[in-house]
Amino acid sequence: MAEPSSFQNSIIYLDGVTVDYDGFKALNRLTFMVDYKELRVVIGPNGAGKTTLLDVICGKTKPAAGRVVFGQDTELIGKHADEIVKLGIGRKFQAPSIYGNLTVWENLDLSLKRSSKGVFSTLFGKSTAEERARIEENLETIGLKDYAHTRAGSLSHGQKQWLEIGMVILQDPSLLLVDEPVAGMTDKETEQTGQLLQSLAEKHAIIVIEHDMEFVRQIARIVTVLHEGTVICEGTVEKVQADARVREIYLGRQKVAH
Amino acid sequence: MSDGTTDTNRGGGLSFWVVGGILLVVMPLLNLLPPEDSWFHLSDFSLNRFGKFLAFAILALGLDLIWGYTGILSLGQGVFFGLGAYCMGMHMMLTIGKESVYGSDMPDFMVWNQVKELPLFWKPFYSFPAAVIGALLVPMAFALVFGFFAFRSRIKGVYFAIITQALALAAWLVFNRNDTNLGGTNGLTDFKQVIGYRLSEPGTQRVLYIVTVVCLGASYLLCRWIIRSRAGRVLVAVRDSEKRVVFSGYTPPNYKLFVFVVSAGLAGLAGLLYAPQVGIITPAQIGVLPSLEMVIWVAVGGRGSLAGAVLGAVSVNYGRSVLTNYFPELWPFMLGGLFVLVVLLFPDGMVGMIRKGKDLLTRRKASEERPIVPNQKIVVPEGKR
Amino acid sequence: MVISLGRTVAALVIVGLFLFFWPSWTTAADGPVSAPSASSVEQALNQVTSEDESIRAAAIRLLIEQGDAGLLPRLEAIRANASRSIRQVIKPLMDLLKNRAKLASPDSDARRSAATDLGSSGNPSAIAWLDAAKVNESNKWVRYTMEESAALLRLASDDPSIKVASVEKLGELRSGNAVPALKSLVEAGAVAEASEQQKVLAKAADAAIDRIETWGDWANAIETIFRGISLSSILLIMSLGLAIVFGLMGVINMAHGELMMVGAYATFVTQQCFTAWFPPDVFDWYFPVALPVAFLAAAGSGFLLEATVIRFLYGRPLETMLATWGVSLVLMQAARVYFGDLTAVVAPGPLRGGAQVLVGVYLPYNRIFIIALSIVCVLGIYFALFKSNLGLRVRAVTQNRNMSACLGIPTRKVDSYTFAFGSGLAGIAGWALTMVGNVDPGLGQNYIVDAFMVVVTGGVGKLAGTIVASLGIGGLNKLIEPGLGAVYGKVLILVMVILFLQWRPSGLFAMKGRDAD
Repeated sequence: MAEPSSFQNSIIYLDGVTVDYDGFKALNRLTFMVDYKELRVVIGPNGAGKTTLLDVICGKTKPAAGRVVFGQDTELIGKHADEIVKLGIGRKFQAPSIYGNLTVWENLDLSLKRSSKGVFSTLFGKSTAEERARIEENLETIGLKDYAHTRAGSLSHGQKQWLEIGMVILQDPSLLLVDEPVAGMTDKETEQTGQLLQSLAEKHAIIVIEHDMEFVRQIARIVTVLHEGTVICEGTVEKVQADARVREIYLGRQKVAH
Repeated sequence: MSDGTTDTNRGGGLSFWVVGGILLVVMPLLNLLPPEDSWFHLSDFSLNRFGKFLAFAILALGLDLIWGYTGILSLGQGVFFGLGAYCMGMHMMLTIGKESVYGSDMPDFMVWNQVKELPLFWKPFYSFPAAVIGALLVPMAFALVFGFFAFRSRIKGVYFAIITQALALAAWLVFNRNDTNLGGTNGLTDFKQVIGYRLSEPGTQRVLYIVTVVCLGASYLLCRWIIRSRAGRVLVAVRDSEKRVVFSGYTPPNYKLFVFVVSAGLAGLAGLLYAPQVGIITPAQIGVLPSLEMVIWVAVGGRGSLAGAVLGAVSVNYGRSVLTNYFPELWPFMLGGLFVLVVLLFPDGMVGMIRKGKDLLTRRKASEERPIVPNQKIVVPEGKR
Repeated sequence: MVISLGRTVAALVIVGLFLFFWPSWTTAADGPVSAPSASSVEQALNQVTSEDESIRAAAIRLLIEQGDAGLLPRLEAIRANASRSIRQVIKPLMDLLKNRAKLASPDSDARRSAATDLGSSGNPSAIAWLDAAKVNESNKWVRYTMEESAALLRLASDDPSIKVASVEKLGELRSGNAVPALKSLVEAGAVAEASEQQKVLAKAADAAIDRIETWGDWANAIETIFRGISLSSILLIMSLGLAIVFGLMGVINMAHGELMMVGAYATFVTQQCFTAWFPPDVFDWYFPVALPVAFLAAAGSGFLLEATVIRFLYGRPLETMLATWGVSLVLMQAARVYFGDLTAVVAPGPLRGGAQVLVGVYLPYNRIFIIALSIVCVLGIYFALFKSNLGLRVRAVTQNRNMSACLGIPTRKVDSYTFAFGSGLAGIAGWALTMVGNVDPGLGQNYIVDAFMVVVTGGVGKLAGTIVASLGIGGLNKLIEPGLGAVYGKVLILVMVILFLQWRPSGLFAMKGRDAD
């Protein structure tokens, strides 16, 4: 249907996806795609369907209509969330979602990509040296090396966000879904997070949902603007900011809000 | 209730052997050696009663695994306990033989109910090994089927608690019926012997006590092994954030089912050991109220701590047997009050209080970092492969 | 002629009274209406005790034809002095006379039972009495029973055409009482040496039985449905408070059953106060007075429970369950210690008995009352939730607690009031339950697991879910019960609820959208 060339190159391709919450169309015949190793930022006012978009990709929400194709030809609709994770899609939630009663190390250890995550393999499984090296390396990346054996529940908000990003990275996904990573972070933390995401984009495709325009300008290459469940505009930050409709529905409001 | 991983306590190894040694060696010796009028003498009755409490402790371990660690409240553990106890009870009914009141090969209540032929499902229980295996496998199989449907459909939290409570009610109703051939309201009783040993002999009871202690120890080690494995941490993770567990590629229903089945097996084992020591099993032990009471054992001892589960089961039941003896009318007040009190004021139970006390004494820093030490030990070790 | 017969009966009663008070007059034989028979009656009364069986029979026949209930005291006197064999003869005679008199009783139940008794007496003279009484009978069901009894008596007639007609009549009436008699007719027609007449009769009887039994199935079905609806209403009244609190606070109150018990005991205490301090003729008023008492007692207890326990467990639903269960234990034991084990509330006059709506379909008033009450409760809650200010706030907090708090809704207060209100509903449930069972400390436990299942199956936050779920669970319970028995019915329902939750894990009407979890 869509241009075959870009379809072939996309890691994720949504076609005519509709999500209906009791008559409210959170997504309305949305068509959207992201290429391999692309860092895509999705913006839009509240209720535009940004989080629902991620929910559909990762199998948390079942759309009423449409197709979701991952990579070449893997249809995602109808698959369970844990199957989709195994295909290589990672998700970081808006509110940090970590295991507060486990240590940072344990959090990462559980997230590490392993051949089997069944009950019996985790019951009898032991960590290999290589796995521990990966966790060490990851701790370095997310800046939590000194906190490896701290209970995750006692980390600061920003650290929890990073920990969750680290956990998602260790799953080694080819597509990362990141929902408002810098909400509640200090300016410095925000900047570091931006750098982290940009460096990750060298290896993974990433979809970031964000409100903070400062941050969007820092990391974005291509921005997609959602409104009422459909794509209004797509392009560089400059192009999007220049778009009259976007200014009207989104940036205008943002100005008021800030 | 703030953390589930704290159990892997510092002196875990040592205190396990000390407590185990006291239970396994010192208690029976106190029963055997000192003369009956000695201050140190432990009566046969006390030893037997203590054995019953330790059987309950095995059940409490399983309940702690599923509730304390995984955060799933099962209000139907009494059913699994009952299944185990009835399996063993059926075997012992069949070994009564001609000693029964009616002198028939059939259990007395069947003669009474004019059942002509032994029902088919009773027949395997002629064999002792079959009864033991049945006492473990029947509850586990039942939990497997029930849990499969419950967890598959993502029944959680309050919903799961209510469904298991309904299960306890239904099981109670079924076991009370005469037409199920399980002895109706009176249950199974009048046991005479187990594998040829007279149950009325103090020696038999002493051996049963020791077997119970050994089983408790083994169950404790099994549970400790589970919670220290990666799977155990997945269980805690399920409690903390099931969503994240799913998005880390695990299938939480399988883990829940696993821990539910293990807890059912432990409850069955507890029932298996309970029946010969107490000499009777009736539906009154497996209904809604007993199943709820089991939860309080763990709550009082300290959920999320294996030692706490054992401590709680023993101390609540001890308190119960003392209080119901002297003030029978007061016990429900005490039990109810205890429940409210523990949940409101001491969510970590006795173990939590002991820890707090210790921390105060040694003036350690606040509890925040405490759990880290043991976990560090677990994750990082095992160097080469 | 028939009308005059009715009058004659009345007149005879009067005469009887005269005879009773002034027995010396009877010898004067100048009673106003039936002067000539008075002396023959007197004679018959003397002959009843005769040793000669034929004289005795004739006397009894005469007395039955007279049908004078006024003679009863005298017969009683005769019977008291008579020998055993004579007593046995007089007894049915007296019963007949008594029942005939009762046909004119002002109490419709007495008339009806008299008609039933006459029908089974087998005495053909009662046919005329029944036919006569029927004409003036205003109550449909008494009339029905009179017709039924008359037809039953006619079955014994010698005239084959009357026999066939009464068989058909009984079929038409769908008389369940006639089935044994009709069956014996069928059997009589089935034997080889049966006459042509018997065969015709047997055929008619067979058709009538068929008709009666088909109707019996329907009547059973209707009663089953009614029992199902009645149980559903009990569950519904119990679950409403539970469900509202569950929707709002995510909390299952395990002490809900004991709050019902509080309501039931409040009703009991009100009743005791009425018997102690008020005249008996206002006794029935205790019940309406007990309604606010029960509501307030339970609401007050709920308010305290919320303020002292549940408030501190916010966001920990499982712990709340356990703590409230502890409270329920304490409440139960307190009731057991204070009130003892068995106390009952006497239903007020208007709620005793029942109404017959169709042949063989009898609906007790107390059950009808509970069904009506459940409808009133649902409507009341609907208006409270959707038309009142507090209701608006409750719905707002149910949907989004944080946002409501931001908008200045005092969520703590909403919780507290709603919990008290839900508890008050439990009190009303307890008030109503005193009409269908004893008041005992375990009252709350009887239905509470079912009520929990209703809440779980119904889902959160929608009144309709609770209604549908209680109809479903209550209805199924009663539907399965006749076939499988109550116990296996319960087991089957548990299985069905679990299977249902496979399909709808958070109940019938789960909230959708991204706030869903």
